Amino acid sequence: MSDSASITTGAEKPAAHDDHHGHYGVPGYDPAAWKMGMWLFLFTELLLFGAMFIVFAVYLHKYIWQFAAGSVQLDIPIGTFNTLVLLTSSMTMALAIAVLQRGKKELAIKLLDFTLGCAALFCVVKSFEWGGKFEHGIYPGSLHLAAMTLGEQIFFGLYFTMTGLHALHVIVGAGLILWCRARIKSGAVHAERITFMDNIGLYWHLVDLVWIFLFPLFYLVG
Amino acid sequence: MSQANDHHDEPHLIPYKTYILVWLGLCSLTLLTVAVSYANMRHMTIPVALMVASLKCTIVVLWFMHIKFENRVLWWFLIAAVGTYVIFVILTFADYSYR
Repeated sequence: MSDSASITTGAEKPAAHDDHHGHYGVPGYDPAAWKMGMWLFLFTELLLFGAMFIVFAVYLHKYIWQFAAGSVQLDIPIGTFNTLVLLTSSMTMALAIAVLQRGKKELAIKLLDFTLGCAALFCVVKSFEWGGKFEHGIYPGSLHLAAMTLGEQIFFGLYFTMTGLHALHVIVGAGLILWCRARIKSGAVHAERITFMDNIGLYWHLVDLVWIFLFPLFYLVG
Repeated sequence: MSQANDHHDEPHLIPYKTYILVWLGLCSLTLLTVAVSYANMRHMTIPVALMVASLKCTIVVLWFMHIKFENRVLWWFLIAAVGTYVIFVILTFADYSYR
């Protein structure tokens, strides 16, 4: 509160409705509204992935043994490793924000770099995983896949669609983190104007959340 | 609104240790689900995996995404959005189960 009080001393009194005008009394800066907008966007993401999870659930229910047969072809240690990588990146993202809130710019940038490293590692591991499947003849439209049971075809179709869309989100998230890093470096984002970074953090955690459900459903149903 | 404002300020106070503990908790839960899947209790794997994933999801939303410390309006937004999704799930299965 102290920052907001010191900046708004120009006004007669920091009125109760002050928070409509932004937390710090800076015109054009409204953290509560920005964050609300970000959450609304995240809800659309919930419905995007959510619809796919419903499709997955219905077919899992219908072809439970064939999904299990598909699932055992995925590598659990690799999936677990990637889960831990994303969880770690989520923590370093949260820490980067906490660190910048305390004014430690350099450390925040280092933590963002680490987060970016995790994102890259995730994508590299994922690409090797997909590559391995391609080598075994499992890819959308392959003859090998066409020879499998219908349940397995649906399983792998959903696997490529959902992990692919998720990986796209990882890549977009990494791009956003890079943008945020540049804005911290230039001084546009700092302890008193941190909502931009908060929102990018929210996006990154969403990416993590989706994977939290993707991992057990695809890798562990075998 | 001053109370909401106070809520808003709390994220500034989240200590680093909290995030590290949350991370350790999330990693342990991940390893737990994997262990359960290897234990070969076929009918238990999916329910346990879903419960653990929901728990992890809640932890991430509350602490990493700061909902625990956020304005109440966002709580209601979140409840409405997740509630809508749950309705979709229930309706889909209600339809699908009676075909």
